[in-house]
Amino acid sequence: MSWRKLKEDLALSEVGMSQDDAAIKVEALSKHYGQLRALQGISFEVHRGEFFGLLGPNGAGKTTMVRILTGVIRADGGRAFVLGHEAGSLPAKWVAGVMPEVANPYLDLSGWNNLMLMAELYNVPRRAARKRATQLLEQVGLLERKDDPARGYSRGMKQRLLLCLALISDPEVLFLDEPTSGLDVQSSRLIKALLRQLNAQGKTIFLTTHNLEEANRLCDRVAIIDRGKLVALDAPQRLRLATRHRHSVEVSFADRVNPEALGKLPGVERVERVGDKYRLYTSDPGELVVSLVNYSCRQRCKIISLSTLAPSLEDAFLAFTEGA
Amino acid sequence: MTSGAIIHQARCALALARKDIRIYYAKGPVIIFGILFPIFLFLAFAIGRHLTIDFMIPGLLGMILFFTSTSISPVVAPWEAQSRTLERLMSCPVRLETIILGDILASFGFGVAISLVPLILGLSLGLGVSHPFAFALALILAAFCFSSLGNVFSIPPTNMPSTVQMVSGAVKLPIIFMSGIFIPLNELPLWGQVISYFSPLTYFVDLMRASLQGQSHLSPMADLLVLLAFTTLFLIVALRFHRRTMPQRL
Repeated sequence: MSWRKLKEDLALSEVGMSQDDAAIKVEALSKHYGQLRALQGISFEVHRGEFFGLLGPNGAGKTTMVRILTGVIRADGGRAFVLGHEAGSLPAKWVAGVMPEVANPYLDLSGWNNLMLMAELYNVPRRAARKRATQLLEQVGLLERKDDPARGYSRGMKQRLLLCLALISDPEVLFLDEPTSGLDVQSSRLIKALLRQLNAQGKTIFLTTHNLEEANRLCDRVAIIDRGKLVALDAPQRLRLATRHRHSVEVSFADRVNPEALGKLPGVERVERVGDKYRLYTSDPGELVVSLVNYSCRQRCKIISLSTLAPSLEDAFLAFTEGA
Repeated sequence: MTSGAIIHQARCALALARKDIRIYYAKGPVIIFGILFPIFLFLAFAIGRHLTIDFMIPGLLGMILFFTSTSISPVVAPWEAQSRTLERLMSCPVRLETIILGDILASFGFGVAISLVPLILGLSLGLGVSHPFAFALALILAAFCFSSLGNVFSIPPTNMPSTVQMVSGAVKLPIIFMSGIFIPLNELPLWGQVISYFSPLTYFVDLMRASLQGQSHLSPMADLLVLLAFTTLFLIVALRFHRRTMPQRL
């Protein structure tokens, strides 16, 4: 029986394949740990081929979400589906590759043997597994160290090996929980480049991260969760726009100015001193620039620098998670 | 499940067993300790008692098989949780039952392989096997039974291997003394015999005496059936309770 045939056989055997366009569907998912409500009725969908980011502060419920979607733990309420298969079922596990946050390869096995073990668990034929393992190890720069026990690998190398383990079965959906956390720049760049490439090939990627810049650069859409609740879900650019009041104008003057006077300019919501500059928050930066130029002329105080700052994803993240 | 899925799960169990043997069992200290500890413990009680080789070898075989089959299997799950490999395994398309079966199979293979040492020793000292088929069947069934018992010890959701070792040691040592290894069952007082019937090792040692000495306390068929019942019980307990406790390790 061929690998593909067996995959289809297994996938179709337990629940019928859904024709749904969603790669991942989460419906009112909840999870409690004693008194702690880790997830509180979260719902969202991830489209096929989408690069989706899940953001949130520590303890927000990101890892709990990934563990439920990958079948490591069960939800207390709600439902979740991966390519139409109930999360946690064998068919759902078949179509997914997983890179958990808290994970290690088998340290006493070589990188190669780790990959062969994973290939056996996903029923990848031996010849196909060898070919794919060689390709993956070459892509992540580990081919020369393939026969070394993983115990001797650096953290970055282990993380690259974990990504190879997640990809050995050529999964359609990839779950990555903080894949670049604590990595050196080289490993981090390599992983991100590989993820972009995989997404361009049509793979659906579900990523959790603390790194907002990473989410901004990689993800088509991001969801922000806080204390187990979904607080925002949109494209990074739209989330930034949603926090309009976080637009700001940064200005520095040749002479000292009165910050209170700056705060009274039309449209200014808040003034912050940042080094030798002032950051003025507004929802209308264009009008504020005109006001600042007029102020400068009136006070005969030369402007040294002036720049407008769009809200960053970090601003949006803080706005949504702090209620700012 | 379809037949393809069942075959896949069986292959996975074997792959996991091979992984366990490579990582946990095929280590010099584990093998040497697996042989030496039961031998020295046995000699400590046997020396000076003028026991015959026919009497000694079944007991020694029982001790070695029991100790080796229950030595590593209790700590595989805590080790895997502690070394952060368990979560990755749980997200693979592998049933929990398959993971447990893989651990039991590794323990089974190790137990059987190490048991060949006292057997070869006995054969080289002139011991004869009067019922080879019964001997092989008893060895295989008992190795599976003890490996399943070892897996039962790993049910508590602790990730500290030392805690599990302590619990399993507290159960294993008394079993050794109440299984007819050092004193034949028919020489035990009635209360001693009653207690010994609660030990699966009793039935294996009795079967060994039947197949090597040609004499036993119970009928070999009764020994086999009770051993089978113990195996079934340990397997059911392991499968049912690991389902509850495994997620708590993560």
